[in-house]
Amino acid sequence: MDWLKFFRGQPKNTAATAKERLMIAVAHQRQGTSNGLSYLGPLREELLAVVRKYVQVADTAVQVNVQREDGLEVLEMNITLPDRN
Amino acid sequence: MAKIIVVTSGKGGVGKTTTSASFATGLAMRGHSTAVIDFDVGLRNLDLIMGVERRVVFDFVNVINGEARLSQALIRDKQNDKLAILAASQTRDKDALSTEGVERVLNELAQDFEYIICDSPAGIEKGAFMAMYFADEALVVTNPEVSSVRDSDRVLGILAAKSRKAERGEGKVREHLVLTRYSAARVTRGEMLSVDDVKDILAIPLLGVIPESPTVLTSSNSGTPVITDPASEAGLAYQDLVARFLGEERPMRYITEQKKGLFSKLFGNGQ
Repeated sequence: MDWLKFFRGQPKNTAATAKERLMIAVAHQRQGTSNGLSYLGPLREELLAVVRKYVQVADTAVQVNVQREDGLEVLEMNITLPDRN
Repeated sequence: MAKIIVVTSGKGGVGKTTTSASFATGLAMRGHSTAVIDFDVGLRNLDLIMGVERRVVFDFVNVINGEARLSQALIRDKQNDKLAILAASQTRDKDALSTEGVERVLNELAQDFEYIICDSPAGIEKGAFMAMYFADEALVVTNPEVSSVRDSDRVLGILAAKSRKAERGEGKVREHLVLTRYSAARVTRGEMLSVDDVKDILAIPLLGVIPESPTVLTSSNSGTPVITDPASEAGLAYQDLVARFLGEERPMRYITEQKKGLFSKLFGNGQ
């Protein structure tokens, strides 16, 4: 009954939105555990706690990552501070 | 060697106890001696779903504390003598579960049973942790819904890091995805995450898809695990799930929309 859609309006594909949002939430949650370095998660948590002693930041403000290049491991840390207004 | 399987999810209300009851019953129906333990201390419910609530005299915590022998606390199922239930305590707090105590009970069960199913409480606190700590395999029960999927992912992380297997470097807990309350019609309409969506996100092998079904409620009303109902789609899906767990190939049912004919629209009972 396609003509009914004309009256109902096209339904939004909310499942696609759900998947997109989940991919991001889960990727954040998994930081550190997926590459076999189990300490990255706790490290991130502790760093976040330290940063929060001085600045109020969001859960996602501290990002920790390990990059592997030619047998070299680089620990990359990214702390996003809130806008100063 | 007995196999210990935890039924877990993180989120509450997604069907852990329903799955534990049907999975354990299904294994027993297939001739495997199976014990199922309720780890939800303080909020026991497995006894109700299995229809043995009036036969609980001693519970899991009584056995851990040495107040009862395991043989006194185990409730043998009346329909199937291969199946036994160990109820959770209704009164004590969750700290009653000690690692040593739980291990002792599991070791004793392992002498008599092929499969030990641990029905985890919701959350990621002590009870849930104890239920998964000794597991060889895990059924991760998930609804096609954002909060449930995220919580399942969280639980998978904990399984990978904090289980005894992980701690001892004895490999990984084998993970299985159980997708419950699935509605193929809503997936078609783009209202619900599909099987593939959830598989993509959680990245673990799929063991079964249980369709949303009114018989899950009616079975719990009467205290008979839904797997024993041959007229229930959910029951048949659980039978498939058990068969797959035991190594059989079974195609996934109910994951595509069944177009109803006029007859079943008029006279169908909605199952």
